[in-house]
Amino acid sequence: MEVIKQNQMVKNIPTRLLKNKFFTVLFLLATLTGLLVLAILLYRIFSQGIGYINWDFLTSFASRRPSDAGIKAAIYGTVWMMGVTAPIAFTLGVGTALYLEEYASKNLVTKIIQMNISNLAGVPSIVFGLLGLTLFVRGLGLDRSVLAGGLTMALLILPIIVVASQEAIRAVPKELKEASFGMGATKWQTIRRVVLPVAIPGILTGNILALSRAIGETAPLIMIGALTYIAFVPENLMSQFTVMPIQIFNWTGRPQEEFQFVAAAGIIVLLAMLLIMNSIAVLIRNKFQKRY
Amino acid sequence: MNRDIKSVSELIAENHSKRSLLKFTENAVPRFLLVCAIISILTTIGIVFTLLFETFTFFKTVSFVEFITSKEWHPMHSSPNFGILPLVTGTLLVTAIAITVAIPIGLGAAIYLSEYASDKMRRVIKPVLEVLAGVPTIVYGFFALTFVTPLLRQFVPDLSIYNALSPGIVVGIMIIPMIASLSEDAMSSVPNSIRQGAYALGATKLEVAIKVVLPAALSGVIASFVLAMSRAIGETMIVTVAGGANPTTAIDVTSAIQTMTAYIVQVSLGDATYGSTVYYSIYAVGMTLFVFTLVMNILAFFISRKFREEY
Repeated sequence: MEVIKQNQMVKNIPTRLLKNKFFTVLFLLATLTGLLVLAILLYRIFSQGIGYINWDFLTSFASRRPSDAGIKAAIYGTVWMMGVTAPIAFTLGVGTALYLEEYASKNLVTKIIQMNISNLAGVPSIVFGLLGLTLFVRGLGLDRSVLAGGLTMALLILPIIVVASQEAIRAVPKELKEASFGMGATKWQTIRRVVLPVAIPGILTGNILALSRAIGETAPLIMIGALTYIAFVPENLMSQFTVMPIQIFNWTGRPQEEFQFVAAAGIIVLLAMLLIMNSIAVLIRNKFQKRY
Repeated sequence: MNRDIKSVSELIAENHSKRSLLKFTENAVPRFLLVCAIISILTTIGIVFTLLFETFTFFKTVSFVEFITSKEWHPMHSSPNFGILPLVTGTLLVTAIAITVAIPIGLGAAIYLSEYASDKMRRVIKPVLEVLAGVPTIVYGFFALTFVTPLLRQFVPDLSIYNALSPGIVVGIMIIPMIASLSEDAMSSVPNSIRQGAYALGATKLEVAIKVVLPAALSGVIASFVLAMSRAIGETMIVTVAGGANPTTAIDVTSAIQTMTAYIVQVSLGDATYGSTVYYSIYAVGMTLFVFTLVMNILAFFISRKFREEY
């Protein structure tokens, strides 16, 4: 075994320390880059768009004149679409998670379902758009309706909801369940009265985050044809509609420069809505999360 | 739980009196939940089958060999040409730029968060980084077109309005949090005893991070790169807004390109007649995209599974 060359070692130390310092700064800079870009992005959008935000912008329809353009149809469209997406995605997602965590035996079928769900989460959203176009718009003849859009979005966020709900359900301590069984409760009684109340904050948080993802998605809805000039609010599930990201995309593509500012104003409204939803998610998590 | 808590005898009595109803729900509930789970499987099958069927129709009119070997993509031409290579080139070009931006920055941030940052700092920085991942992609597209491209033009004068560079960089920024977060998780799970062993031998913090922790967490780190790449390949709105619509096999980051996703959007925006070859071509492109990302996702799963070091 070679004896340590002390002279060489001592000579190396200053360089090694210098390198250490240099890279510490470099790593910190890398971390700050992301934050810096986020700051620039927000600053740019706010400085461009804030002047266009007023009551008229929120309450008027899209227009060919930038000064008259508003986001009313898109806000209503988003709310309508969420009205379809949320209950469907919630029921299916939480149902699947409950089945996988509480009922499924660990066999091949369960394994396949589980792998499918994690694979679905990695499928690009535009491919879900193709599915929606073929299945709902053409196959079921729903046309370019709120219902077709909402169903497509529900399928898109389903895997996110399943995974989040599974984690919340798995986190419920075994002792609570065993106590419930010990008192003579049946399986479903235990789930309904013990597991779900404990897991619901985590489930809700996951659901809200998934919904906020759906609000920001553009590509699948372009696929099913939600990009048309719309100057009315949806009246029923079969109405045509537009949503905020699509309205923004539409404004981005206009040649007049002024529409850029209108687009920025639209982005502010979109980001504000997302911020509110995320705050609610954080609030639920902080307020209802108990430790057992 | 501050709901009405029943005593055991009450519960038993209740169960007894409602025995038939109980039996029904105990049977019905799992069945309903199974139906929910099956729908999620049907979605995957649905995606694969719709893509397959419509792709098959496409290949009735266009030869498969032309599709994968031709270097021309002119679907709207009077004599149309369907060679996927230009779209794949555009997609990979954007992905390559994105990964070049995101890997050093994301990995640097991951190392900082896992090895240098205090607990308090990590708890602030990580959620803020994750906000980056939550920004809708249309917002990034707008940012690329109205800020990054004009900015880059100051340095690259012959940059066209639509180009590969600007969306590439912005897609890179979008996937930074993914790499940072997943790599940080992998590095944090390296046991402390290994770090302390290295410190005891006189290693500096940098040496511990690069030569000990990073190799130990390598499978997780590489899996995060692959997942980020898959995300970049499937990204749609940024490249649609800022990348242009010029399918080409030329590798030139300053001129307009077209990605697979941007082509699909372009066709859905226009009025491709239902049933035309152009209409079916979006399914063939979608299938290619699906295969690309599926392979990446399975690869990432495989890497993080099989090459995980056990301590």
